[in-house]
Amino acid sequence: MKIALGPVLYYWSRTAIMEFYAGIAESPADIVYLGEVVCSRRQEMQLEDWLELADALAARGKEVVLSTQALTEGAGDMKLVRNVVHNGRFRVEANDMGAVSLLAGTEGWVAGPHLNIYNPQSLAFIMELGATRWVAPVEATREIARSVLKAQPLEAEVFAHGRLPLAFSARCFTARRFNLQKEGCEFRCIGFPDGMPLKTREGESFLTINGVQTQSARVYNLMQDLASLQEAGVTVLRASPQSQGTGDVLHAMRAACDGAGMPAASKDDNWCNGFWHARPGLERAA
Amino acid sequence: MELVCPAGGLPALKAAVDNGADWVYLGLRDSTNARNFAGLNFDEAALAAGVAYAHARRRKVLLALNTYPQAATWARWTQAVDLAAAKGVDAIIVADLGLLDYAHRTHPKLKLHLSVQGSATSHEAINFYHQRFGVRRAVLPRVLSLAQVENVVRHTPVEIEVFGFGGLCVMVEGRCALSAYACGDSPNTMGACSPGHAVRWEETPAGLESRLNRVLIDRYAPGERAAYPTLCKGRFEAEGATYYAIEEPASLNTIEMLPEFLRMGVRAVKIEGRQRSPAYVAQVTKVWRQAIDSLTRDAERFRPTPEWMAALNRHAEGSQQTLGAFSRPWK
Repeated sequence: MKIALGPVLYYWSRTAIMEFYAGIAESPADIVYLGEVVCSRRQEMQLEDWLELADALAARGKEVVLSTQALTEGAGDMKLVRNVVHNGRFRVEANDMGAVSLLAGTEGWVAGPHLNIYNPQSLAFIMELGATRWVAPVEATREIARSVLKAQPLEAEVFAHGRLPLAFSARCFTARRFNLQKEGCEFRCIGFPDGMPLKTREGESFLTINGVQTQSARVYNLMQDLASLQEAGVTVLRASPQSQGTGDVLHAMRAACDGAGMPAASKDDNWCNGFWHARPGLERAA
Repeated sequence: MELVCPAGGLPALKAAVDNGADWVYLGLRDSTNARNFAGLNFDEAALAAGVAYAHARRRKVLLALNTYPQAATWARWTQAVDLAAAKGVDAIIVADLGLLDYAHRTHPKLKLHLSVQGSATSHEAINFYHQRFGVRRAVLPRVLSLAQVENVVRHTPVEIEVFGFGGLCVMVEGRCALSAYACGDSPNTMGACSPGHAVRWEETPAGLESRLNRVLIDRYAPGERAAYPTLCKGRFEAEGATYYAIEEPASLNTIEMLPEFLRMGVRAVKIEGRQRSPAYVAQVTKVWRQAIDSLTRDAERFRPTPEWMAALNRHAEGSQQTLGAFSRPWK
């Protein structure tokens, strides 16, 4: 089982990003996804910066993949996607059909979690276009992964640790909280390195606001489900970066995959694994 | 410009046709479509009757097969495609790549529309569906501004359909797992969002509470108007403020944008609401028919009438209307 680190979903300063990946270079992650997936207004890092980082991580033996933006709204967004696709050096994770259209016919790209591939027929189609790894949708159940991979064996990755990226919108919910429009957002999301918690009116942590993206409040954690992940044919586990403790998570995942048997330490009780068990995502199955 | 109206049953289909819909879209009684609600939708006999009724009046019927099939139940979706072809449905609305591939190979004459659930927001994505599957029309997710819609229309041979009126998805359609997260019912795989079976209403000392699978979606003070607990339209707390953090209970109404849609070459406008009553379908269809006819007669002088707006407002969620993402400030 390989360990992958997904793209940073939050808006961090350039310094914070550089420090974070300096740590990741020393981590047990086999695969590192880089790039801005959520919002093209976030420009602390340009493509050249990501490529420089990619070179450094590749030199440390990491497989580097460049991820494309999940929701593109206009020509400017698609230009960014095109630049990533044509980077000429690193594999690309397509997170939208616009990116797929640009990658079709090239070999070795990754079908990202935001493409809706739920059945063997869709996976076969995307494989014909040149995809060589499938990242299952975050809501995928064990049965979906198992049935797809039984019919279409392929390197397969599952989102296994972190706050779940549940939805995208044209509206920026971080800007909305401060009565700002997206075009004048003042980049408020940079003040929330792990997103802005959204609670119900009785104080229950429910969701996490991350600009145009909405995430779960609970941390999705499949470390107790390693056996069924392996049985389903999953070969890569993805952890999603958080501002603190990501290195520990990667070490714990590596240890668990190597047979240490212990789930990733979870200090608080705020985790879930419902999707994999065909239950509401926020629930926890034993 | 064509008017595409919803039907959750035969009476609604007749109401749509009788009041001027060019197309009526509907779904079967199962998870093959994105309004998989108890008591709603068409069986085979009703589908045949609906097609006959529409065709006799030279209107067209669309079958929505716009959820994402899974391996165990794949045949349910392909049989639905076969049924559409056999019953003379004019086009099917599809999102899944595998199902588009199946329909294109098996029924090359069956017209394909790309569902809003396909989440295609760029001309690159839309043209891909056109080249690979011969998709004739694409329904745009409710995330693009007018200028962005125009840019898409300019760069694709595919007909573009936009939402005109009805319940407003704030998230990109096909990219939202909020309902699946909260209560297990996924729009993508089960065709349901914030379903009735997960809703609980309770009078408490703190007020009337609405819940979705135990999650408190909203709480109402005496006299406050309660809304259906669609989970993105509840009040939540962030950074010390309690408010409609995602969106107010409001309906999309773009009737004032019709001249712009016409100018930029939008081919069709769609009315949301297969889960709504035949009366809703009749009244909303009637207003939009009048509006499009007025636009066709004289686009320069087109103005929404107060009567139209009042009629539409009666059917708007929370009696509130919004231009949604078509208007940049909304974002």
